[in-house]
Amino acid sequence: MNAGDPILVADKLTIRHGQLTAVHDVSLSVAGGELFAVVGANGAGKSTLLRTLAGLHKPTAGTITLAGEDITRLSPDRRVRRGISLVPEGRRLFLSMTVEENLLVGGANGRPGSWTADRVFELFPWMRSRYKEQTAHLSGGEQQVVAIGRALVANPRVLLLDEISLGLAPVVVKRIYETLPALLGTDMAVLVVEQDVAQAMRVAGRFQCLLEGRTTLEGKPSDYTAEQVEAAYFGFGSAVESWSG
Amino acid sequence: MVWVNAIVQGLMLGGLFALFACGLSLLFGVVGVINLAHGDFAVLGAYVAVALLPSVHTNALWALLFVPPIFAVFGYGAQRTVLQRSLDTGPLTTLLVTFGLSVVIQNALLEGFSADSHSLSVGALATSAFHPAHGVVVPYLRLAILLTAVAVLGSVQLLLARTSVGRQIRAVADDPEAASVSGVSTRHITGIAAGIAFATVAVAGLAFGMYAQFAPTTGSTWLLYAFEAVIVGGLGSLWGTLAGGCVLGLAQTIGEQIAPTAGTLAVQLVFLAMLAVRPTGLFPARVAV
Repeated sequence: MNAGDPILVADKLTIRHGQLTAVHDVSLSVAGGELFAVVGANGAGKSTLLRTLAGLHKPTAGTITLAGEDITRLSPDRRVRRGISLVPEGRRLFLSMTVEENLLVGGANGRPGSWTADRVFELFPWMRSRYKEQTAHLSGGEQQVVAIGRALVANPRVLLLDEISLGLAPVVVKRIYETLPALLGTDMAVLVVEQDVAQAMRVAGRFQCLLEGRTTLEGKPSDYTAEQVEAAYFGFGSAVESWSG
Repeated sequence: MVWVNAIVQGLMLGGLFALFACGLSLLFGVVGVINLAHGDFAVLGAYVAVALLPSVHTNALWALLFVPPIFAVFGYGAQRTVLQRSLDTGPLTTLLVTFGLSVVIQNALLEGFSADSHSLSVGALATSAFHPAHGVVVPYLRLAILLTAVAVLGSVQLLLARTSVGRQIRAVADDPEAASVSGVSTRHITGIAAGIAFATVAVAGLAFGMYAQFAPTTGSTWLLYAFEAVIVGGLGSLWGTLAGGCVLGLAQTIGEQIAPTAGTLAVQLVFLAMLAVRPTGLFPARVAV
């Protein structure tokens, strides 16, 4: 496989929650070493899309392939073994356990690789001194970082980050986003879902905008003006008409 | 000296209560199943020993070698099939399913072994005792049961705290979805937790069978003590369960010392008092939400 080849490909995914179709016919592909952002307003279907890639929902139509292997029907834990890790929305740490135990659980069923607890500490030095602390006692931003660490020690080929800015102070979010480029060096693909468009656009190599479960815009952030993205995000204005027409 | 003796007897009885409550505590705390058939499974364990030991005179201690492993495999299977399915449908379903299992086990045992009571023979261990002080009697069997309770609860606690499987069991108990996206095969891991719980139920059933006579319906009367030990000790804490068992055991023997028939009443009064004063139990689990 050459660098730049897509590693995770979702082809024409349709995902329903009961009567509601959350995602219509959405395709995307992410390559190793790439930071890809899925943006969209609340309810656009981006979290559902990400959770489906992680295996928490089953699509009603379409396929997901990882490095050419069809993983559409695999359970979440089997996907982790093959190299897809999700940092879920709201952090979702094991709160009765310490930082160390959270990382040990994260690494227990992952792939072998260079990401160990020590390497996570290099990225987030404060964690070393608070290794034995209960995660329930950490601040929201610290918990978010531990949640990312827990996913990293499984050595994913594709890291899925769901709304990591949610409920955190802007300065904390900025600091977390600044560490993301360090992940790409290992040829890991990073897929972020974000409501904070400006934040996502600053770091992403490519992006895709969802509106009511459909793709309204995709490409490089530099290809579009802020107004065009805004229109695609909210679903009004000239850009959307010209794209859907 | 009679009071010292009552306390010694109470602690040893508490060991049996705690051993019996361990599986209930574990299955509720980490799997989320309130097992109304818990007492019947313990009695079933004693009957498995009756059925599989070569003769009624064989020392029942041999049963400790094979009944717990059989129960562990059975517990794993039960979790992967009927218990997990009932959990998926909702918490009320597990109550109904385990209540149904209780009825099934009692009636199957009545059919297979009649309503006569049985006991497990442990030879001289059943009758010998030593006297550490005048008026204090320590039967070896009761002491062994207390030590077994400490060993079983301690090793389960150690397994949960220190091993990879134990951490994964706690992770699933904390947040099953987060555990699954962290690579934990939640169903397999919950099955292992249930297997461990059922193995301890088998040990408790055997200990109970060596301690007293049992009949097919004995389990349901003992279930109440198991629930009380778990609640007095604090939900989700195994050391708490041991403490809870000892509190109930002490209540029983000290109550009997006050008036020979007041033992059971004392247990229930202590339990109600605990509920009123400290409803979270002696050692509530440190899970934060």
